[in-house]
Amino acid sequence: MKYVDEFRDGELARVLAERIARAVQPGRSYRFMEFCGGHTHAISRYGVTDLLPATIEMVHGPGCPVCVLPIGRIDNAIALALEHGAILCTYADTMRVPASGRSSLMRAKAEGADIRMVYSAADALRIARENSAREVVFFAIGFETTTPPTAIAILEAERAGLANFSVFCNHVLTPAAIANILESPQVRDIGTVPLDGFVGPAHVSCVIGSQPYEYFAEEYAKPVVIAGFEPLDVMQAVLMLVEQVNDGRHEVENEFTRAVTREGNTKAKVLVAEVFELRRSFEWRGLGEVPYSALRIKGRYGRFDAERRFGIVYRSVADNKACECGAILRGAKRPKDCKVFGTVCTPENPLGSCMVSSEGACAAYYTYGRFRDRRAA
Amino acid sequence: MCLAVPVRVVKRLEGDDALIDAGGVRKQVSLALVPEAREGDYVIVHVGYAISRLDPDEALKTLALFAGMAQSPT
Repeated sequence: MKYVDEFRDGELARVLAERIARAVQPGRSYRFMEFCGGHTHAISRYGVTDLLPATIEMVHGPGCPVCVLPIGRIDNAIALALEHGAILCTYADTMRVPASGRSSLMRAKAEGADIRMVYSAADALRIARENSAREVVFFAIGFETTTPPTAIAILEAERAGLANFSVFCNHVLTPAAIANILESPQVRDIGTVPLDGFVGPAHVSCVIGSQPYEYFAEEYAKPVVIAGFEPLDVMQAVLMLVEQVNDGRHEVENEFTRAVTREGNTKAKVLVAEVFELRRSFEWRGLGEVPYSALRIKGRYGRFDAERRFGIVYRSVADNKACECGAILRGAKRPKDCKVFGTVCTPENPLGSCMVSSEGACAAYYTYGRFRDRRAA
Repeated sequence: MCLAVPVRVVKRLEGDDALIDAGGVRKQVSLALVPEAREGDYVIVHVGYAISRLDPDEALKTLALFAGMAQSPT
């Protein structure tokens, strides 16, 4: 068992496809949102939609950490390096995200900003140790999967007395984003984005467990099936969602039991609770200001908070007018509905954030040719 | 960022660190968040930190589920 090939088996995929085809009820359509960009990527890469009946539509959600980071936050990060002279350590994913004035971290680096790509928060700590005369800022982004390592880095910086290390915290929370989508007028009132259920996050759920979704299933009467990131996982989750819809159930089911428990990773949750607290509000690209949807560093660890240390002021910046990332992140539009998709905006020269990250819906569509959709209008 | 595949723990190193094998590529990661992981176990690694240990029994149950040979898990 290597936990990869077994979950990509073509024969089993056909078995599952037949079972899904038998399960769907005639005259009924099903719209499921996969929250995670990891699922969007798997669906595009393995052509999962081609194996599903035409009455099942997969709607892509906002679960791509790079995609939801607003322009203003990238501007702040660039300012840390260019104006404050700090060494900015960042995950590679953010390098090409468009910032204001046609800039990006990549372009700022070309202009002389000391921006370094790191694989892990631990690498940023190492750079801080090696450059004790310089300020070193870790540009922390991501959902619940990348937050515990940031907490560890801050605790380690405190233990080691690293005075030149700080974190520009942009960690966001999955449950708040799901609630925002379910609360949005497009889903609740107008019915332009009717959703029959959610494919729940894989790796985020490893950390937070399946318990946080129980509220959505109950409060919004929507089924949630937590699924792994392999194609058979996604298909099994779709089958379980179809069965829940047919039965009129709305429960949290867990397809990814090999990695996810109800409680999640307790050790990780304790570390995050020690270092971070909720922000009152945070701007997401596509979703706008979402209350209590992100984390900030607690006052006790305030000296490691780059926002406090450098007096960072956030300014909201509108996306490029031609870019439909916002509507795509809300599930209201698909990549091929965007006029600049694949023309002006490509992975080599992205105009919007959804074309940057491999988890972004536009990048997934473009990379795997899904814009040549058989159902394209 | 979330596109991590399961990797095998080859050797536990000093402190929380471990050497892992990702389809032939070896790398040092931290097991600080999954201290129970042992050599030979598969773990999911994000940005240099393992966040979950894979349960082989549950994986077999899920594979059986795909083939329609088991009850739905809860």
